[in-house]
Amino acid sequence: MLGIRVRVERRAVTPTWLLAAASALSVASALLAISALFWWYGVDPLLAYRRIFAGAFGSTYGLLETLVKSIPLMLCGVGLTIAFRALVWNIGAEGQLLMGAIAATAIALFVPGIPKPLVLPLMFLSGFLAGAAWGVIPGVLKAKFRADEVVTTLMMNYIASELVNYLVYGPWKGPEEWGFPYSSKFPKYAWIPTIPGTRIHYVTLALAVASAAAAYLLLMRTTIGYEIRVTGGNPDAARYAGMNYFRTVVLVMLLSGGLAGLAGVGEVAGIHHRLRYPSGISPGYGYTAIIVAWLGRLNPLAVILTSILFGGLLVGGDAIQVALGLPIAVVNVFNGAILLFVMGGDILTRYRIRVEWRRGR
Amino acid sequence: MGGRLFGRSPKTRLVSGRPRKGEVVVEMRGITKRFPGVLANDHVDFEVRAGEVHALLGENGAGKTTLMNVLYGIYQPDEGEIYVRGRKVKIRSPRDAIKLGIGMVHQHFMLVSPHTVAENIALGLSTAKFFLPLREVERKISELSKKYGLRVDPKARIWQLSTGEQQRVEILKALYRGANILILDEPTSVLTPGEIKELFATLRRMAEEGRAIVFITHKLDEVMAVSDRVTVLRKGRVVATLETSETSKRELARLMVGREVLFQLEKSPARIGGVVLEVRNLQALNDKGLLALKGVSFKVHEGEIFGIAGVAGNGQRELIEVITGLRRAVKGKVVLLGEDVTNRTPRELIDRGVCHIPEERIRTGLVPDMSVAENLILKSYRRPPFSRGPLLNYSEIRRYAEKLVSEYDVMTPSVDTPAKLLSGGNIQRLILARETSGKPRLIVAAHPTYGLDVGATEYIRRLLLKFRDGGAAILLVSEDLEEVLSLSDRIAVMFEGEFMGVVDADDVDVEEIGLMMAGVRRMEVVENVGDKG
Repeated sequence: MLGIRVRVERRAVTPTWLLAAASALSVASALLAISALFWWYGVDPLLAYRRIFAGAFGSTYGLLETLVKSIPLMLCGVGLTIAFRALVWNIGAEGQLLMGAIAATAIALFVPGIPKPLVLPLMFLSGFLAGAAWGVIPGVLKAKFRADEVVTTLMMNYIASELVNYLVYGPWKGPEEWGFPYSSKFPKYAWIPTIPGTRIHYVTLALAVASAAAAYLLLMRTTIGYEIRVTGGNPDAARYAGMNYFRTVVLVMLLSGGLAGLAGVGEVAGIHHRLRYPSGISPGYGYTAIIVAWLGRLNPLAVILTSILFGGLLVGGDAIQVALGLPIAVVNVFNGAILLFVMGGDILTRYRIRVEWRRGR
Repeated sequence: MGGRLFGRSPKTRLVSGRPRKGEVVVEMRGITKRFPGVLANDHVDFEVRAGEVHALLGENGAGKTTLMNVLYGIYQPDEGEIYVRGRKVKIRSPRDAIKLGIGMVHQHFMLVSPHTVAENIALGLSTAKFFLPLREVERKISELSKKYGLRVDPKARIWQLSTGEQQRVEILKALYRGANILILDEPTSVLTPGEIKELFATLRRMAEEGRAIVFITHKLDEVMAVSDRVTVLRKGRVVATLETSETSKRELARLMVGREVLFQLEKSPARIGGVVLEVRNLQALNDKGLLALKGVSFKVHEGEIFGIAGVAGNGQRELIEVITGLRRAVKGKVVLLGEDVTNRTPRELIDRGVCHIPEERIRTGLVPDMSVAENLILKSYRRPPFSRGPLLNYSEIRRYAEKLVSEYDVMTPSVDTPAKLLSGGNIQRLILARETSGKPRLIVAAHPTYGLDVGATEYIRRLLLKFRDGGAAILLVSEDLEEVLSLSDRIAVMFEGEFMGVVDADDVDVEEIGLMMAGVRRMEVVENVGDKG
């Protein structure tokens, strides 16, 4: 009798190639799992994937739209890598983004007397600050009172979202908007310029790419980044080394929230040119960015790539929605499945499987 | 030699019943176990006989625990065979091991703390019924504990028990499951001297009854005190198996370390300077919010080692944390070099030359996933040349790390290796290198050699003496009485948050210290012991 014996063992070190392979395999597994969903809807999964891919990357229009959607994902995703590196689970990028959008709108529509060339820079600045403030609140609560940031940041999302609703249905509702829950249109000088013929608001895109590079340098080459990584690697050791836990947590939430706030500015000033109801501004960019950051292994430079990938997924999702009549929720399920598989894959990379052949007695 | 039963026909194989004394109950042949990058066991032959206490001696990382984990079914060997009572066996899991009559008491106990002793022992019993007849279990526990002197109340809950009592529960658990072969992994590391004595008596009693005891240790005194035979492992290989009565501490140390070891640290007389640390009536709460440090006062001078002895959990941790800024004092003062530093931040204290070798070196002293180099600058990263302004200078950091690694003999493939891959002794060297590389004024060392092998222990003790002679003030907290006695110039004994007394190392009496560790104040001790004190 021949027997096989399979053992699962913990690895001492996980090689980098394995992490990369695990990421790729996780996405592939998610695709496979979602195939069942397409099939359920009576759609050939292969066709669906072809359409998604073609929609996102197969045409100039698709590619450009992919880039457009990757901008907020990149900004939020980079911010989240900073927070996650410190073991601070900021789930609140969505709300921080909306706060940025509100602040930008306030500057564009309701603060008179700003010289026109200063309006856009001020919108970015105020958007950053508003997002940062929305991040700092749960940061302080965590660092001072040990309030679980997963819960508080998530709750803050609802507050931000309802605040946007209140504004666009109430005081900020534009009189000329036919009763839609929109603010008035921003004056032209409060629009972020786009690459002619596209919707790519390149200022925000440049900010996003620059923030990824800056975050990388911050984390890997500065004393503050070192403190962030030590805090994330072992909070007790950080305290023992004399690092200021409060400062670190508040700082990562500030940067994380601020970058999400910039994404909000980009959406209202680069795309919509007005404040709209919350899901009109962001179809959950702040949540998708969690997956973006995670798939990028919390490396800000990798986030540039993963945000484009997920931008494509959103565009491709739109495409199959139109072409195949599938609900948009399918794309959300898709995103969720990828996160699930990536995190599951992560755990698996810590082990290895050994197969032993043995002869039976 | 003994009963070599392997050649016999299957029918005569002995598998059940109490083994005869002297019978070889376990034989491991050619056991090889590899881990990534490490050969933990290299063709190890090991045998245990019924009726003996067999010490398995070796430095940390010598492969003792690995070998026993193979026997207990936690690891599968890559090569080699195991025979239990003459029968070749494959032990795939602890469950298999238990069925073969093998029990193991791990270094870290595996007990469910809100449950009672009886419940813990009944947990996972194959004979347990759905409705547990706990009374029956309790009766049997009482019987066993009486027989072997393992005093413990079957109805007590685990969290109420001291570590020594918890260990007894683990031993009872193994006995309850019918273990004829009992493995104990460094059982004395959590015990007081008195408890160690009791444990040894229990082990002897069990051996006399015909059980086989494997006793993993790296302490030579214990080998000499309790074992019949000893197998020495070094770097995964068996160096020798000897009759304890025919060997000596010196020979064993040489076998274990691979060179001569000096037991007596040559300690020059202390050249005492000014006061570095003064603690006045210090009080602090523990994590549960209870007063754990109840008014302690002492001074530590330049060129002096002030040792604090006592069983862990008597306020030592709180004391150290207050002195290093990790815990707030609720009352009293900490004065460093004439400056009141009570409740200052850890950073302010680090900047004033306070070094801290923490009790839980991996939990607090290390960022396991970061490299050796990054761990070495944990406290100096804000200073030039490691950083200028906000920017880290990695070439300087690596150069510095390489220097420290060679100076302190840290065995690591490179300074970029994640610190978690280092062995315990090397992790402690790394921490020492980091803490003492500047000019330390005050070194607070908590259990600095706990769990380390002879070589690393010797190195660390010498280093502490070197810094003492260099004029540093050293506060040493250790459960290892021998360590406190051999290093300190003055010794305080702590019990329930207070000092029971402070004695000079020159006229110390171990018995006296033992009484103070049990909570008798020095004044009373002196009265009772009379002229001895």
